[in-house]
Amino acid sequence: MKNKILPIAFSLIFIIIFILFYKGLQDTSIYTPKSKIKDKVPVFSVNLFNSDKIISSSELFKSDKFYLLNIWSSWCVPCRKEHPLLMELSLRENIELIGLNYKDKNKNANSFLNELGNPYKEIIFDKEGIYAIEWGAYGVPETFIIYNNMIIEKYIGPLNEQSFNEIKNLIK
Amino acid sequence: MKTVKIFFIIFFVFSFNHLKANDDENLKNKITKNLRCLICQGQSVYDSDSEFANSLKTLVDIKIEEGLSENQIYNFFKDKYGEWILYDPKFNKNTYFLWILPLLLFLIGGVLIRKKLKFKN
Repeated sequence: MKNKILPIAFSLIFIIIFILFYKGLQDTSIYTPKSKIKDKVPVFSVNLFNSDKIISSSELFKSDKFYLLNIWSSWCVPCRKEHPLLMELSLRENIELIGLNYKDKNKNANSFLNELGNPYKEIIFDKEGIYAIEWGAYGVPETFIIYNNMIIEKYIGPLNEQSFNEIKNLIK
Repeated sequence: MKTVKIFFIIFFVFSFNHLKANDDENLKNKITKNLRCLICQGQSVYDSDSEFANSLKTLVDIKIEEGLSENQIYNFFKDKYGEWILYDPKFNKNTYFLWILPLLLFLIGGVLIRKKLKFKN
């Protein structure tokens, strides 16, 4: 009996470990964040940039209109790179750009906008970075396209020509 | 002598109360240790000092102050970032193997030892 159970147990363990490692080989080790699109816009009230006014998400995002929420900061280098694309988008009438200023100093943010231009219709001020978490963001820059209070597209990292064209097609 | 013994037993039982993490700071540390810092490599939110982790810590503080329970806070983050943010994987079809494997190995080991002892006897 002993002679039988040992080989069976060992081969069972071997098979289990083999399957486990084989499965592990096929899985990618790089975690790609699940982009939570087709999600509702989070509900929040937040301070407006350069003012004491508090605005709620329902005042900010009306239905039947495209919105682009861009998380940016003056200390973020890739934000500088994508800025010309945002400026170009701001010229279009069918989309409204909302900025979310992430963990920034008022003075630096203002000089950033003075230098590169202000594409945003409204800017909300997120000094502690907690509203960015409400959006499920990882850092700066990040861009969300919103329609009818739903997030329909999300871009992590700076916008490029390709994503720019995608946005243009979306809001056509 | 007997009363002294009883006194010590009662004393010990009550002194375990201090281990209960009812302090907000302890709860915050416990929660942030169980949250994965998504933009770091192999670090919890508690260990990391990145912008992302610091924001998360602030938000955990706010949620505790709002009176949310530990599980509610985990669910909040799970809702925002997916299950990956939790260190403790829940039992589902993707993770059942992970949970069952140690149990299985333990049982097989137990059977092996039993057989071996029986053989010796």
